[in-house]
Amino acid sequence: MHKKRLVSLIAVASVAALILAGCSSGSDSASDSGVPKVDMMKELGAGEGQVNIVAWAGYVENGSTDPNVDWVTGFEKETGCKVNVKTGATSDDMVALMKTGEYDVVSASGDASLRLIYGGDVAPVNTDLIPNYADIFENLKMQQWNSVDGVAYGVPHGRGANLLAYRTDIVKPAPTSWASVFDVNSPYKGKITAYDSPIYIADAALYLMETKPELGIKYPYALDQTQFDAAIEVLKAQKPLIGEYWGDYLKHVASLKSGGTVLGTTWQVNINLAKGEGTKVEGIKPTGGSTGWSDTWMVSSKAKNPNCAYMWMNHIASPAANAGVAEWFGEAPSNAKSCDLTADKNHCATFHAADDAYWEDVYYWNTATEACLDGRTDVKCVPYAEWVKAWSSLRNS
Amino acid sequence: MLNSLSNYLHKKDRLRLVALLTTPVLWLVVAYLGALAMLLVTAFFTIDGFTGNVIQQFNLGNFQDMLTDAAYKNVVLRTLGIAISVTLICSVLAIPMAFYMAKIARPRSQKILVALVLTPLWASYLVKIYAWRTMLEPGNGVLDWLLGPIGIHSPGFGGPAIIIGLSYLWLPYMILPIYAGLERLPNNLLDASGDLGAHNFYTFRKVILPLIFPSLVAGSMFTFSLSLGDYITAQIIGGKLQMLGNVVYQNFSINLPFAATIAMIPVSIMALYLYLVRRTGALASM
Repeated sequence: MHKKRLVSLIAVASVAALILAGCSSGSDSASDSGVPKVDMMKELGAGEGQVNIVAWAGYVENGSTDPNVDWVTGFEKETGCKVNVKTGATSDDMVALMKTGEYDVVSASGDASLRLIYGGDVAPVNTDLIPNYADIFENLKMQQWNSVDGVAYGVPHGRGANLLAYRTDIVKPAPTSWASVFDVNSPYKGKITAYDSPIYIADAALYLMETKPELGIKYPYALDQTQFDAAIEVLKAQKPLIGEYWGDYLKHVASLKSGGTVLGTTWQVNINLAKGEGTKVEGIKPTGGSTGWSDTWMVSSKAKNPNCAYMWMNHIASPAANAGVAEWFGEAPSNAKSCDLTADKNHCATFHAADDAYWEDVYYWNTATEACLDGRTDVKCVPYAEWVKAWSSLRNS
Repeated sequence: MLNSLSNYLHKKDRLRLVALLTTPVLWLVVAYLGALAMLLVTAFFTIDGFTGNVIQQFNLGNFQDMLTDAAYKNVVLRTLGIAISVTLICSVLAIPMAFYMAKIARPRSQKILVALVLTPLWASYLVKIYAWRTMLEPGNGVLDWLLGPIGIHSPGFGGPAIIIGLSYLWLPYMILPIYAGLERLPNNLLDASGDLGAHNFYTFRKVILPLIFPSLVAGSMFTFSLSLGDYITAQIIGGKLQMLGNVVYQNFSINLPFAATIAMIPVSIMALYLYLVRRTGALASM
């Protein structure tokens, strides 16, 4: 008996030793700004035969969703890079996927891009190797979410607003503001949906900006403790109204179709998919603005297929592909020449591609930090890690 | 060459044993216990609040968060409640079914019944749960369509839906061990009990139940542990309700150490459960 115990003790000890050995990690050298130093690609080589992409649903379409929606097959033939895509449901998913080092390129929203840059997960992008970069709208280049210290970390992809979806045959009168999803007396109780991510707290903050100006919220990603608590209260009050929170866009589309969900936050691409299946549904940007995104294609610092990754970034920024994505996903393209190539010639006007005034009340997803992003210095803001905790707590209470 | 090797090994008992067992033991220690140990170690780490990178520094913050936030106590109780309900429902359904299969059905139909019980296991888990989603859909699902006219409505997505779905999924795992236990039970014991004047229910309570108890425990280990760790069923038909597995799933991408901390809960519950089972002696007679 004693001998057996000794053997098992040795086994446990050796496992522990193995693990500790695996854990010890070298320290990363960092620049002054706190960004880990990652080398930029100097020149483009031959393709590696494949590229692994993390993207939002609808960003990488090869005709399997809709035969007419395909900007991947041509790229594969032209470059010999086979495209493997992994769809991320939230920015947090995307950050986690990129940390595995198994993917080469990512379409990162503003609440993921800086985390990836400061985490050393993405490399600076040599824009000279991407001919189509020249045609990108100037006001999307070198922004706070896609560059650090004048170094570009990606190629702008496009931007859009989160929309308010409603079933036109059920929700009457049509909603006009986000208040409809927070109204505790809503007749659609149990059939309302919300996006299942901590970033949704910003939607509640945005609602408070309009309804409770005394809280003084100026920017929904810069919330001090009082403002943050108020936003969480709004979400707690909203929870009984919710039938399902959505993360999986296909399940969300199915719910819209079946009528399990009749009202709530969505993306234009979901509306398009549901309409394609004959659902009577519309998506609007409500009065008072909306949260939204401005996405950037970034390359992994551990990319195994960097050449194909650059070829992909150049391809997806090309006028034809960029127009295709923008129209399919329902967003404003980033390439100025895309506007001539969209099937609907009014697409760029509808989505306000070059209309800066329109974007004033669209608050692109951003990562909250302790230093308030709205410039306040007299208070500390609630950092994103706390958003995550609060969301987890809310969802499980 | 092979012959001489086998002759050599034939004489060396100990060497033979080492050669045979090294690979499986290594697998057990490194892959299985190693993963568990890794989980335990990770639970004490923390993350950088901004980049989400894991910081390997011992700290108890995760456990503090887990214990002080009432939400996690609720989710543990909810998950336990679901796992226990599923186990009870499966037992209640499985005992009569297994009894019929083992004692009443003719030998030919016995084999067919076993095959029928096994058939649902051939279909994918996801297909079955999505099927339940269409069944339970409130308003226009199959259940409402079928039972609506007699006044029974679908419970909608939520706790009851999860219990129904999981009970359906794990029922075969309960039926099979009980069936095996009942098959080993000699018929003459039942006859003797009847001859001595015991009613059917009395026979069940005093003769059958004690003898198939180990099988029942074996089945419950499947239904209980599988329910305890499940998260996909809750995701698909649970509405906004979350189980322990969902908390892990929700956190592992954003905060791996916290997910590891939460994952320790079902591990501990199962360890405790197995310990209790061992105390009853059911494991020994299995």
